[in-house]
Amino acid sequence: MRKESQLYGIIVHIFYIDVNHFLEIQELKMKKLKISFAVLVVFAFVLPVQAKTLRLAYDADPVSLDLHEQLSGGTLQLSHMVCDPLLRWNQDLGFDARAASSWERLDETTVRFHLRKGVKHHSGREMTAKDVVFTFNRLKQSEDFKGIFVNFTAANAIDDYTVDLVTDGPYPLVEHTATYIFPLDSEFYTGQDERGRDKGEIVKHGDSFASVNVSCTGPFTVTSREQGVKVVFDRFADYWDSESPGNVSQIILTPIKEDPTRVAAILAGDIDFAAPIPPIDLQRVEETEGVDLVTMSGTRIITFQLNQERVPAFQDARVRQAIVYAVNNEGIVKKIMKNFGTAAAQQSPKGYLGYNESLKPRFDLEKAKALMAEAGYADGIDVTMMAPNNRYVNDAKIAEAVAGMLAKISIRVDLTTMPKAQYWPKFDERAADIMMIGWHSDTEDSANFSEFLTMTPDSDTGYGQYNSGSYSNAEVDRLVLASAKETDNSKRAEMLQRVEQILHDEAAFVPLHWQDRAWAARSGVNIADIVNVMNFPYLGDLVME
Amino acid sequence: MFAFLVRRLGQAILVMLVISILSFSIQDELGDPLRELVGQSVSEEIRNQLRDELGLNDPFLVQYWRFLKNAVQGDLGTSYFFKRPALDVILDKLPATIDLVVAATFWIILFSVPAGMFAAIRPNHWLSKLCMGLSILGISIPVFLTAIFLIQIFAVNLGWFPAYGRGDTVVLFGGWETSLLSLDGLSHLLLPSVSLASVILPLFVRIIRSEMMEVLETEYVKFAWAKGLSKYRIWTVHAFKNTLLPVITVGGVQLGIMVAYTILTETVFQWPGMGFMFLEAINRVDTPLIVAYLIVVGLIFVITNTVVDIIYGLVNPMVKLTGR
Repeated sequence: MRKESQLYGIIVHIFYIDVNHFLEIQELKMKKLKISFAVLVVFAFVLPVQAKTLRLAYDADPVSLDLHEQLSGGTLQLSHMVCDPLLRWNQDLGFDARAASSWERLDETTVRFHLRKGVKHHSGREMTAKDVVFTFNRLKQSEDFKGIFVNFTAANAIDDYTVDLVTDGPYPLVEHTATYIFPLDSEFYTGQDERGRDKGEIVKHGDSFASVNVSCTGPFTVTSREQGVKVVFDRFADYWDSESPGNVSQIILTPIKEDPTRVAAILAGDIDFAAPIPPIDLQRVEETEGVDLVTMSGTRIITFQLNQERVPAFQDARVRQAIVYAVNNEGIVKKIMKNFGTAAAQQSPKGYLGYNESLKPRFDLEKAKALMAEAGYADGIDVTMMAPNNRYVNDAKIAEAVAGMLAKISIRVDLTTMPKAQYWPKFDERAADIMMIGWHSDTEDSANFSEFLTMTPDSDTGYGQYNSGSYSNAEVDRLVLASAKETDNSKRAEMLQRVEQILHDEAAFVPLHWQDRAWAARSGVNIADIVNVMNFPYLGDLVME
Repeated sequence: MFAFLVRRLGQAILVMLVISILSFSIQDELGDPLRELVGQSVSEEIRNQLRDELGLNDPFLVQYWRFLKNAVQGDLGTSYFFKRPALDVILDKLPATIDLVVAATFWIILFSVPAGMFAAIRPNHWLSKLCMGLSILGISIPVFLTAIFLIQIFAVNLGWFPAYGRGDTVVLFGGWETSLLSLDGLSHLLLPSVSLASVILPLFVRIIRSEMMEVLETEYVKFAWAKGLSKYRIWTVHAFKNTLLPVITVGGVQLGIMVAYTILTETVFQWPGMGFMFLEAINRVDTPLIVAYLIVVGLIFVITNTVVDIIYGLVNPMVKLTGR
């Protein structure tokens, strides 16, 4: 009762001040100052001011606090804030030891991880091997994550600080996969909540204990969350990494969906750190004083697939090659992407094992025309094309440009673009002859591209799930499958580079570019050290002046 | 009066039934909600399994009947994204939208009445011509463009007002949060409310002007002049009061349209209200939330029109609601 009346008192007070303020705003400057001060005092009283608060704006906030509910950029960004993985990627695409202090390969199928001691969960419990095993088993149950763990058979706790990850055969990507293991607080997620639900349950739709509660070992705890509006994080006092230079004590994450609004907010100084920054605003952000822009070459490949089942002409490799020769993807990067991307001739970006240095973009209109004539299609063909208009950067504009380029070799394109919500069902139906697809490898490894985009579609194994062109090459399938069992990195690189070579020679798809990534921050917020190409900024290590 | 209200209630139910059927039948065209619920690498098989769990594979009539059964019990479905009852989500967002609409209405009344009256009384004054010119401009510029201009000028260049968001709110009774009672909240509210008002305001200026010009030509106003009444009394009491009738009618409809414009304004300013939520729901194919929003907005339309009819009866003694 008392508390309520007090609150009411504050409300009346503020109201009184506001009215006064507005009536007398023109006169009595001194009084205005005093009143503003009084307002400040009232608010200081209601909301305690924290030192080093980072006001952060992404295009979306995490859909759930359950780190295993949905495999998305947002979930992984959240994971790196409230958790620490066994290993994590560094800026050079190498691995840093986090929850694990070291690791070694015991035999063909087993990798042993030694856990760091004295790592505390937010609940105050110390992290042990039990948590890693719990997390591993939960990941295996998650519809979204189990695909990544399909080659893993078990996580065995040897003692409190030692865990063995066992695979069903020789598997080269154990470290890559370990970046997905964020040891959750197993006791926190065990038992039933007050509504009688299992705390560890992963629920895709509808709420669950884990979707609104989280306890892990990361630098930040979730203090409050209003979905779609804001999430407040506070630094975890017992965070294990005392050597981290990070000095941010609070993060206020606001999702700002609209690009112009997000850019305006960072330019106006309403926020300290914003991502993503659209290509059209890069120059403006860079030229603004007091705001720093950081860009990095990205790993998401944007491609067009040519449907061989719908268009017999696309079964002829010469027609596919003609299309690749006709598409000036360097021009697209320059004109449409404002150089905010790297023109591609293959799936794997530089730095990946399968990146084949010899493959270069090959725009040559004369050669394209010659190839069309040679294949007997000098008169051209009529095809349909579909692309999303809100999924990738400038997706619809790119599609329009490509359609225009194909017109020059007499391929008449009927283009339809649509929002991604409508696009994906169309993609599943293979509803057009040429379809756009962008892909980012969840494992940061080359084989993943082929497994989804260019291997022969097979509904039993799930390979080629996003191969809307139905391109099929037995040698590619064989090499990709063999690479999944090869633990020798140099042999693996050879296989995967060979795959890229074949795909390039046969023009299996039309490569466009890898999208760059861009972040902007107020000067003094040193984001350059903590952002990475995977786009999960390590905010725990962020230094703010 | 009572019979009128009962009849209106009947109409409201009918309207909402039609809205629910319409929104239900278009939901398949909006896209696949499963795509938004799972990651890109999840197989079609698992997605289909989830679709079964959600009942999305049932025939249309089965789904609709299930929806109706729950709806009569006040359950309009559970949002996929918020994982809470759709109605609760909407009611949470309602206060922010109402703040915005109230503030925009304030601007509209504050400016349209004096501007409209002045333009009617002194049609050839340069100020009247300026008002009319600006009103054409206001009607022609889309609201999102106005919003972006305002942000660029007042938030980015001048730095006077924040570029996005709602700022501090004050909690009233029953957990109702409002921005109208805190200085920070008001400064966040200013740009969005002005841009929302910018589309509706010109219309009112023009309506008030033309109606008032008509009234100024009537016999009773001429008689009032002849009687030697003061000009202010003629303008305000005799002329302006009688221009209000059509303004109220249009106002009722415009209030509904303003709710529609909140979708754009809120999206640009990241204003956490119903309109912003609705556009996001469409992007995420959150069908239960989309259906619930359309029904709630339909209800708002029916209510405002009912209120307008009642006010009309109060203002104009010639109109009797129960008369027929």
